Amino acid sequence: MSRAVEESNRRLLRARDAMDRAYAEPLDIPTLARIAYCSEAHFIRTFRAAFGETPNRYLQRRRVERAMFLLRSTDRSVTDICMAVGFSSLGTFSRVFRDVVGEPPSVYRRRGPLPPVPSCFAMAWLRPSSFGEAPGE
Amino acid sequence: MLKSLTITQMYVPDQDEALDFYVGKLGFEVTNDMEFGPMRWLTIALPGQHDRAVLLEQAGPPSMSDETASQVRELISKGAAGGHLFFQTDDAWKTHAELKERGLEITEEPVDRGYGVDFGLRDPFGNHLRVAQMNPR
Repeated sequence: MSRAVEESNRRLLRARDAMDRAYAEPLDIPTLARIAYCSEAHFIRTFRAAFGETPNRYLQRRRVERAMFLLRSTDRSVTDICMAVGFSSLGTFSRVFRDVVGEPPSVYRRRGPLPPVPSCFAMAWLRPSSFGEAPGE
Repeated sequence: MLKSLTITQMYVPDQDEALDFYVGKLGFEVTNDMEFGPMRWLTIALPGQHDRAVLLEQAGPPSMSDETASQVRELISKGAAGGHLFFQTDDAWKTHAELKERGLEITEEPVDRGYGVDFGLRDPFGNHLRVAQMNPR
C-alpha cells in the first residue's frame, strides 16, 4: 500500500521537477501527466494530494517566482520577463503577478537585488504559496 | 570547541539500492558497513575525503514504528525528507555530461549563476543533490 504511494509520489515529483526546470516552455497537463505515467485526471488529483495544490497552480506560482527573481536581478523589461518565464500574454502575467505578489511587477522591482542564496533553495522558498483565492481551487 | 563535522545523516528507503546509486554511479566509497543488531551502520564518503561521511540510514523499526517509517519513506519520495547533498566540482559541464551519460535524473541543467555554475539531480528515492563549480572569490 505504502510502496504504491511512494512510487506514485516519486513520479509526481518528477513532474514537479519538470515544471521547476521547464517553466518557460508551454507545459500542459497532458505533457506532465505523461511524465508522471498516469491519466490527466488522476495526475491532477494525486498531485494535489501530494503537494497541496493543483499542477496548474504550482506552475503558475513557479513562473511568478522566476519573474520576481528576474525583476530584481536583471534590468530586462517587464514584457521580456513575462515571455521569458512562460506567460504568453502580458495582460495575464500582470494580473496573475498582482494577485500573487500584491503589487505590480514594476513596483515590486524597486525592492532591489536578492541575496546570492543557492538558486535551488531560492526557488524552493521564494515561490509564493498563497494565491489569493479559495484554497480548495 | 567543536573541531570538525564528520558525518551527516540521510534517510534512504533501501540501503542496497542507495549503494548502487551513490557508490556505483556517483563514485562514493563505503567507509563503514557494520551490522549491529537490527541496524546496518552504513557510511560513504568521496575518495580522498573520508573524514566527511554520509550515513545512509534506513528508516524502520525498532528506532521508529512501521507507521513512522512509512511516513518517512513517503516524505523522501516527495523530496521533502530533508535529504540534500551539495558537491563541488572543477568543471560543472563535464561532470554534468558524465552523470547524464550514466543515466542519472538531472532535474536542472547547468546554469551560470552569480556564484558559479551549478546543476541539480535527484537520487532514485527523491533526495536532492546539487553540483556546483564555484567562482573564485
